[in-house]
Amino acid sequence: MTTSDVAPALHRQEAADPFAIAGEPFTSRLLLGTGGVPSLEVLERAVVASGTQLVTVALRRMEAVIGGPLLEVLDRCGVRQLPNTAGCRTAREAVLTAQLAREALDTSWVKLEVIGDETTLLPDAVELLDAADQLVADGFTVLAYTNDDPILGRRLADAGCAAVMPLGSPIGSGLGIRNPHNIALLREAVDVPLVLDAGIGTASDAALAMELGCDAVLLASAVTRARAPERMALAMRHAVEAGRLARGAGRIPRRWHAEASTPTEGLAEL
Amino acid sequence: MQVTVNGAPAEVQEAATVAALLAARGGGEHRRVAVALNGEVVPRSRWETTRLAPGDSIEVLAPTAGG
Repeated sequence: MTTSDVAPALHRQEAADPFAIAGEPFTSRLLLGTGGVPSLEVLERAVVASGTQLVTVALRRMEAVIGGPLLEVLDRCGVRQLPNTAGCRTAREAVLTAQLAREALDTSWVKLEVIGDETTLLPDAVELLDAADQLVADGFTVLAYTNDDPILGRRLADAGCAAVMPLGSPIGSGLGIRNPHNIALLREAVDVPLVLDAGIGTASDAALAMELGCDAVLLASAVTRARAPERMALAMRHAVEAGRLARGAGRIPRRWHAEASTPTEGLAEL
Repeated sequence: MQVTVNGAPAEVQEAATVAALLAARGGGEHRRVAVALNGEVVPRSRWETTRLAPGDSIEVLAPTAGG
């Protein structure tokens, strides 16, 4: 086999690298949020460039939304819509919001968010787990946005969540993955899909998430608030693929001192 | 009679149905809306038969960009 044969063969192999949430296969490992998008035209170009197959939407009072056109755009892109419970502060609010989303969008999938306060937008672990229990019992496929806490992640998986989605850092902060060690521990702690959700600032953050063992990355602001959203969406697509490939290929161990790659044997004495 | 729709006071006919309320507000045309009445979901299949009472609180929600 020549080198020119190897690359396409690898490409085919990696292209057939789907992951599944609740038995539903996805070939793209990038999930896109629509929050913060400057216009629907920009959103559509970003969705296409990202290659995503799963896009989050929120529920708001009818007068306040641009619902019709947004959903038309997403329908046209052929992506699955994942309603979230953004803005909910209690399990009761989140459960009701999920039930309303199920009515509005005819889906039992939900990205569960239960926020503790407005300053950090960090998840409220107690309310989150309570809501997850109730929604799983009600037949929902729950993708739980959570703290980067391996123990809480395991509790959510045990509760029957279809995916555990730890933050890298607070929503919209762009601070990247503040505790990579916890993300690696989460990978060991749960068998369900692990999706890095929140805090991604740029492409290298998304690649790191995949290198740490995440199955996918969910991001919104990093693309929608970038100077060039379509270009950043493409960058994220490549980053997720690169990180996934690197995870599979196996990084070399870190060393304190150098190790020459050029052999010393046969070195001339000059 | 007076009810509250999406946080604002609204005047509706006595014993108006959820379906009538939505039709009056243009919500009936939107396939993808959801209704909560006093904190409980009203499934689409019950919009025609669910009647409002004075003081009811109704939330009419639709998908929008987010998350």
